Amino acid sequence: MTVLDDAPTSTLPALVAITKAKLVVIGNGMAGARALEEILRRGGGDLFDVTVFGDEPYGNYNRILLSNVLAGIEDTAEIYLNPLEWYADNGIELRAGVRVVRVDRFARVVHADDGTAMRYDRLVIATGSRSFFPPMEGMWADDKNLTEGVFGFRSLDDCAAMLKYAKTARTAAVIGGGLLGLEAARGLQNHGLAVTVVHATPTLMNAQLDDTAGGILRRSVENIGITVHTDARTKAVLTEGGRTVGLSFADGTSVACDMLVVSAGIRPNVGLAQRAGLTVERAIVVDDHMRSIDDDDVYVVGECAQHRGHVYGLVAPLWEQAIVLADHLTRTDVSAVYQGSRMATKLKVAGVDVASMGIKAPEHPDDEFVQFSEPRRGIYKTIIIRDGKLVGATLLGDTSKVAFLIQAFDRGLPLPEERISLMFDIGTPATEVGAAELADDAQVCNCNGVSKGALVACVRGGEKTVTGVMAKTRAGKGCGSCKSLVSQIVEWAAGGDIAVDPSANWYVPGVPYDKPELMDKIRELQLHSVSSVFAALAPEGKEDAQSKMGLASLLEMMWADEYVDERDARFINDRVHANIQRDGTFSVVPQMKGGVTSVEQLRTIADVAEKYDVPMIKLTGGQRIDLLGLRKEDLPAVWADLGMPSGYAYGKSFRTVKTCVGTDFCRFGVGDSTTLGIRIEERFQGIAGPGKMKLAVTGCPRNCAEALCKDLGVVAVDGGKWEIYVGGAAGAHIRKGDLLATADDPDTVIALTGRFLQYYRENAKWLERTYAWVPRIGIDKIRAVVVDDSEGIGARLDADMQKAVDAYVDPWSEREDPVTPGQFRTSLPLTVLPQVGRR
Amino acid sequence: MKVDDVPVGEGRSLACEGEQVAVFRLRDGSVRALGAVCPHRGGPLADGLLDDRVVVCPLHGYAYDLVTGEETTSGGEPVRAYAATVGADGEITVDATLP
Ligand code: SRM
Ligand SMILES: Cc1cc2nc3c(=O)[nH]c(=O)nc-3n(C[C@H](O)[C@H](O)[C@H](O)COP(=O)(O)OP(=O)(O)OC[C@H]3O[C@@H](n4cnc5c(N)ncnc54)[C@H](O)[C@@H]3O)c2cc1C
Ligand code: SF4
Ligand code: FES
Repeated sequence: MTVLDDAPTSTLPALVAITKAKLVVIGNGMAGARALEEILRRGGGDLFDVTVFGDEPYGNYNRILLSNVLAGIEDTAEIYLNPLEWYADNGIELRAGVRVVRVDRFARVVHADDGTAMRYDRLVIATGSRSFFPPMEGMWADDKNLTEGVFGFRSLDDCAAMLKYAKTARTAAVIGGGLLGLEAARGLQNHGLAVTVVHATPTLMNAQLDDTAGGILRRSVENIGITVHTDARTKAVLTEGGRTVGLSFADGTSVACDMLVVSAGIRPNVGLAQRAGLTVERAIVVDDHMRSIDDDDVYVVGECAQHRGHVYGLVAPLWEQAIVLADHLTRTDVSAVYQGSRMATKLKVAGVDVASMGIKAPEHPDDEFVQFSEPRRGIYKTIIIRDGKLVGATLLGDTSKVAFLIQAFDRGLPLPEERISLMFDIGTPATEVGAAELADDAQVCNCNGVSKGALVACVRGGEKTVTGVMAKTRAGKGCGSCKSLVSQIVEWAAGGDIAVDPSANWYVPGVPYDKPELMDKIRELQLHSVSSVFAALAPEGKEDAQSKMGLASLLEMMWADEYVDERDARFINDRVHANIQRDGTFSVVPQMKGGVTSVEQLRTIADVAEKYDVPMIKLTGGQRIDLLGLRKEDLPAVWADLGMPSGYAYGKSFRTVKTCVGTDFCRFGVGDSTTLGIRIEERFQGIAGPGKMKLAVTGCPRNCAEALCKDLGVVAVDGGKWEIYVGGAAGAHIRKGDLLATADDPDTVIALTGRFLQYYRENAKWLERTYAWVPRIGIDKIRAVVVDDSEGIGARLDADMQKAVDAYVDPWSEREDPVTPGQFRTSLPLTVLPQVGRR
Repeated sequence: MKVDDVPVGEGRSLACEGEQVAVFRLRDGSVRALGAVCPHRGGPLADGLLDDRVVVCPLHGYAYDLVTGEETTSGGEPVRAYAATVGADGEITVDATLP
């Protein structure tokens, strides 16, 4: 067994593991828990009898992910790092919900607020920080409690309280335009609140960004609908009946808000240490072994520690501190020293990728300063080089080169002569070089603390897909900003195993061209049918079953009424205009524009359901009625009896327009959503596309028709205007749509809808829904093309959409004469089948 | 059943001495025949998309070699393959004796 003796600086008695020393940890946050994990990893469980005091009544959780919890992207249950059982399994006593109130260093006892007095041999202080509330009128209800409606953003409890309050609030203000403030704003906006960010200085995230970068970030943030006030000095929180109702500023102006989040910085929790007589400046001062400079038995780690004048507020440095602390405390390596961290961060703020390291601006006349700015796309990059070494960099909007830069910054690597290649791939060090050069212990995912080595080990362990590695290691499952680096490393580690798949960009697997090339060729060679595309463009002219449906859709979009429709290129659903089901039967969904129906329709549907013995009649999520379990051979007769057009519930096509009752009946409606929804559905019914197109129109921002999560959603707002959101989803993928434009009238909505859908049809990959396509192209670009007609193709898009609209024929009219022999003959179950002779 | 009862590039089901067979008419005019029921979960193979090598089951996308009946996407269970020919009168004949 391990024997601890001759510890030079220690007052610890020589002891064998049977009489374990007592280790007390104050603070069960990210640093405290990480330090514990590192201690256990070094056999600390045999050396110490451990008790952890944590003020928060939970196991240990990933504080970074609170942003996701607030945004509703992640559930509270998903962010725990170590659940309560983990402590028990490792023989650690966790006192959750218990606060340490006094440390008596001379008696070596900690006192907690539940009356506990506990002796320690070694103490770890990891009390972290708390939100800072700038002194101002109206902020506090009394000595202890914030005014109703005012929140900090630090803990799970803060989050839960905000989420609860947000349910009854419509507007929110956030004081502080730093990382946390912007995340809070984004989170609350996701819950439908109109959010204003108030920032005291001229530049957002001024701790990390220079003025230009801050300006570009501001645009990106405003584009997603968040209001930003910079240079605004808040004077008071305005209250009414004890509740928050607004903010007033030094210049006499004010804004109204139902709730307020204060994220104006943090303050280390150092009162305990101060009272215990430890040296505290900005935080508790520590030596290079992470011990208080006053007491060799007291270690300090995390945001409450000040090392060589620095106090860190991000997790990456904490991981490094925890390692040194554990090495030293367990005597695994008494020479381990913490040198301080070079601050390089990679974050996702309000959906924007941000990376920054070192200095923000050149400081010496000889500093080289390389700068690239493309505000329209929200991209900005700067690099500062001193004596041939990278001393600072800022990347906004595009962080693809961050791996190499962090590496160069950390290790002072030699830099390429052509400095621009540090910002872009121009035939010079490809990104894989970044992955290869990265040190094994380099942390790739900061949210979940996953190193390059861990990723590589996972690949070596047999996991060959990026998603698989992400699932197993949890890398990339936090803010998501490291995903591209993770895939680079996985690809690099898998070597030839994940072969670069040239077909990844092809529109369909059987024809070796991406969509623009393919469309060019089709136009050039005037290919009007799927078989002619195979003959002219596929390798050896070979047809390919898996490619047929995509090609059919593309050709229909390109040629409209000139498309030569070969039925065998269609998927069964499109051959029989119904959706095939698990038992080979079909479902029939008649069109019900805008979800509005009538007595006649309902009566007809009921009669049909009865006549054909429909096993299930169901209201769909798309606001219409589904008749399920129909036999293929009955389909034409069913349509004839219904006498209603197809609802296209089976195709990669325009589907539905959901609406709400709007001004017709609702007491809140500000726009006639049903009329507009019906008009839109009437116009674009049945249009084919690369993916389904589901729309909605809703009569006010309460959004009962769920327009914010549709491929295109329209929201009536006060003043007779209509907001158009695109790229939303709430299926396999959840995404709030981006604001495309605010239209003055319904005609403009219809015009922009047509142009947007046509632009999507022409540019999206096969099966790429708008929720993937819009972020890939970027809302700014789409807005430029669709709304501002920046490429001068607006009229052409409109004309092509008109052609598609004119080519519409209700497919259910195909019922008198089958288009192909046996079009509606059953394929299963085979009861009455024509017999053939047998040899 | 006549070959003209099967549209070019599509399949149709028929019964052959109590067995359910899907007959496919390729774009080159030749015919192929497989068991009509997908071994995966009973999908109707005659409703599938096809090329000159495989038919893709419409339910979950398993693909079957039109000559051998082997599943080609992930080595699933094969489907029975039959020899099929078109007579001079256009009549389709399926040989159900082949193993
Ligand atoms: C009938 C319906 C469910 C219901 O009972 O309410 C339904 C049924 C099917 N959905 Fe759906 N979806 C239905 C509304 C939705 C909705 C809600 C909506 O439209 O407002 C969504 C989320 C919105 C979205 O699409 O973003 C939805 C997201 C999906 C998805 C995931 C798409 C995605 O990329 O996120 C699929 C799978 C796919 O498209 O590959 C899918 C696929 C399917 C298929 C077609 C699966 C298939 O290929 O056979 C289901 C057919 C069942 C059948 O036997 O007929 N269904 N499906 C709804 C018909 C709506 C309508 O009137 O047209
Ligand atoms: C919403 C949010 C998003 C963030 N996003 C990022 C990001 O993207 N990237 C990044 O690098 N960093 C991010 N951070 C910062 C990061 O979370 C912190 O740097 C990190 O949590 C600090 O760890 P810590 O252990 O020092 O403090 P904490 O995690 O705050 O832990 C301190 C713990 O000690 C407890 N405690 C305090 N006093 C006592 C006492 N007397 N007795 C008992 N217990 C006590 C507290 O209750 C708390 O649980 C984010 C922070 C927040 C709040
Ligand atoms: S969610 Fe949609 S696809 Fe899934 S079972 Fe229900 S209807 Fe089918
Ligand atoms: S039933 Fe044919 S693939 Fe599943």
